[in-house]
Amino acid sequence: MIGELGQLALCFALALSLVMANAGIMGAAPGSGTARHIAHGAAMGFFVFIVLAFGALTWAYLISDFSLRTVADNSTTLQPLVYKITAVWSNHEGSMLLWMLVMAVYTGAIAAGGRGGERITSAALGVMGLLAAAFLLFILFTSSPFLRLDPQPFEGAGLNPLLQDPGAAMHPPMLYFGYVGLSAAFAYAAAAMIVGDPESEGWARAARPFMLVAWMALTCGIALGSWWAYYTLGWGGFWFWDAVENASLMPWLIATALLHSALATEMRGAFRTWTLLLAIAGFSMSLIGTFLVRSGVITSVHSFASDPTRGFFILVLIGLAVGGALALFAWRAPQLQRGVAFEPVSRETTLLLNNVFLIASCAAVFVGTLYPLALDALTGQKITVGPPFFAITFAPIFFALLALVPLGPRLSWRKAELKEAMRPLYPALGVAVLAALVVLAVLTPRSLAGAGAFAMAGWLLATSVIEIRRRKGARASAFAAAIAHAGLAVSLLGIAGTTVWRSEALVLVGPGDKVNVGPYTLRFDGTVRSDGPNYRASRATIDLLDGNSVAATMHPEQRIYNAEGQDVSVTAIRTTGLRDLYLALGDDRGHGRWTLRAYVSPLAPLIWLGALVMALGGGLSLFGRLRAKATEPKAAPAVALAAE
Amino acid sequence: MSPKKRRRLYFAVAVVVAAGGAAWLILSALKDNVIFFRSPSEVAALHVEPGVTFRIGGLVATGSVAHGSGAEVRFTVTDNKDRVPVVFRGVLPALFREGQGVVATGALDASGTFQATDIMAKHDEKYMPPEVVQALKKSGEWQKGAQ
Repeated sequence: MIGELGQLALCFALALSLVMANAGIMGAAPGSGTARHIAHGAAMGFFVFIVLAFGALTWAYLISDFSLRTVADNSTTLQPLVYKITAVWSNHEGSMLLWMLVMAVYTGAIAAGGRGGERITSAALGVMGLLAAAFLLFILFTSSPFLRLDPQPFEGAGLNPLLQDPGAAMHPPMLYFGYVGLSAAFAYAAAAMIVGDPESEGWARAARPFMLVAWMALTCGIALGSWWAYYTLGWGGFWFWDAVENASLMPWLIATALLHSALATEMRGAFRTWTLLLAIAGFSMSLIGTFLVRSGVITSVHSFASDPTRGFFILVLIGLAVGGALALFAWRAPQLQRGVAFEPVSRETTLLLNNVFLIASCAAVFVGTLYPLALDALTGQKITVGPPFFAITFAPIFFALLALVPLGPRLSWRKAELKEAMRPLYPALGVAVLAALVVLAVLTPRSLAGAGAFAMAGWLLATSVIEIRRRKGARASAFAAAIAHAGLAVSLLGIAGTTVWRSEALVLVGPGDKVNVGPYTLRFDGTVRSDGPNYRASRATIDLLDGNSVAATMHPEQRIYNAEGQDVSVTAIRTTGLRDLYLALGDDRGHGRWTLRAYVSPLAPLIWLGALVMALGGGLSLFGRLRAKATEPKAAPAVALAAE
Repeated sequence: MSPKKRRRLYFAVAVVVAAGGAAWLILSALKDNVIFFRSPSEVAALHVEPGVTFRIGGLVATGSVAHGSGAEVRFTVTDNKDRVPVVFRGVLPALFREGQGVVATGALDASGTFQATDIMAKHDEKYMPPEVVQALKKSGEWQKGAQ
């Protein structure tokens, strides 16, 4: 029964999304109040039915209704409650329903928030309706989570063991809030083009909360994914330039560019058409990411959908959404274009440079990720692009961007004096030089790249502190940029620390053997069998020695899951907050001997802490806006934002 | 030329230079970092230079796995036509077995031994790396259902 209810709710939601699309776009014309009312009503109804459908599926997982194929494939009665719930989106069908749920939340927020004027809101709802209808057709025709299984199995197959983990469980919802949030920004941009006259000017302001939420969610989602890869894959790395990782990085880079460009559009009316184009590009990257991950063209943890019709459907969707938006852009953008003068030294220029560098770095990732796929599709030649490619292209471009970051908030709009703006930043330059010198003098091995990274981080952190002191007493949102930029510095420190100064040991150890890695001495005390309900495991005991006494004991594990035949390394990580000792048990080489990987990664936790700080910066900006809107609807935003 | 036009020209030139620079950087880096996939027969036929990084894939030859000192392991990769000896120092995937598919990244040394830096086996028992399937098909040794 519950399955049919869910399916029915999806069908109603589809009908309502079509109504919303139609009425919403009609409501973009002046004086069509009735259409707007219908669009709002349809949006609320759409939200309710999607929540019902998602609720129905979740309920089926909670009561282990194995008559539903997705439940039987991804859950068991033995699974802990929390993993029964997260199993809902652990598979292609359920994750598409999660996508719809997030889309419904954003649609509801657009309808309820009603920023940017009635016509813009209505047109944005119309565009969301179109997108929702396309995705619902995709779900109903290729990926329904409510398909029945006959006969019904007695027990389900269970959740992929790699995904029975808090990091892996929270990663998809986060990422989807980012991906789909970019669809809301896209909807506002399209709405501005549909409305077309001066009334559309406020679109960038209206869309900003959605851009901020999307960007924060992407930041956290990428950080979660990276942290998960770090502690589960057992290779000690946090980023592998894997196509699936790149698929989430590209939308982030565009979203970051969009946030900055939209600021210039909102405050100064500059870069109008460019910002529209970025909003289109951001959502395109989300769709391309979804295609890469979901079509099965890449083999990974994520590629559970190897059904070619799905990949094809997503490609058609990309074609329609991007093609349609670009056609609309070609038609309408010239009417929205209005030159706004600014001097070469001005905040506008720094935002322009920000965009140039971000787009260039995104282009590098794009080429490196899609070139092998294109070559395989065209010639059948199987190649990969090695991580050095990304290091050579992405790193210098991003580094150049970082150097300019502190300058932007210092310069005034339109025309600025570089010398005057730089003067308060001189101490920060001193900090940067000092950081580089100290690193070169103290840390071994001596590394110019490492010193450069520390200098850059010092520059960013010190300028952030100067910015924060300058704005003492201002509203919380005035600190948003400085805090987000400081987050970049924190992550940079972590990345430099682990990449340059990581020590590692790869050894074959028998019981009683000692291993030295970095400043630590370890003793391997052998392994014991420690099987779980659905896996065989060998659990090692490794003592961390302090002189002759045991300071701590660590237990890395090697598991093989019976049902899937999958091997999972359970790493043991001991962190001081500034340094990780990381152990991964390798393979059994007989006679009680095992290979063991041990890493000492200085500053590793800062990588993810920095991402959190960045997201906090975004949160402050969002909070400031929402509060400003709540207290003084008209005048406040400009005041709150003048400081940003 | 009015100052406004001149400024616009400068901007345009700057953007073209930046885009050109980025394109050059990306393309030149790409040229040096493309890693080809080779089957053992291709390695034999193409005379791959020592020191050039590539990926090799095929089956781990039965009876070829030998453990050396420390974490070193030696084995032979075959597509049932040609064979390439491989040396690897590191952690083997748990599903690394004789007679099973494997993909290794590395380079040949002067003696023609493949020095692997990274070994991938399938990550579960149902999965055969697509490159290995292709290599076996090319050598005519692919049997449907063999996996």
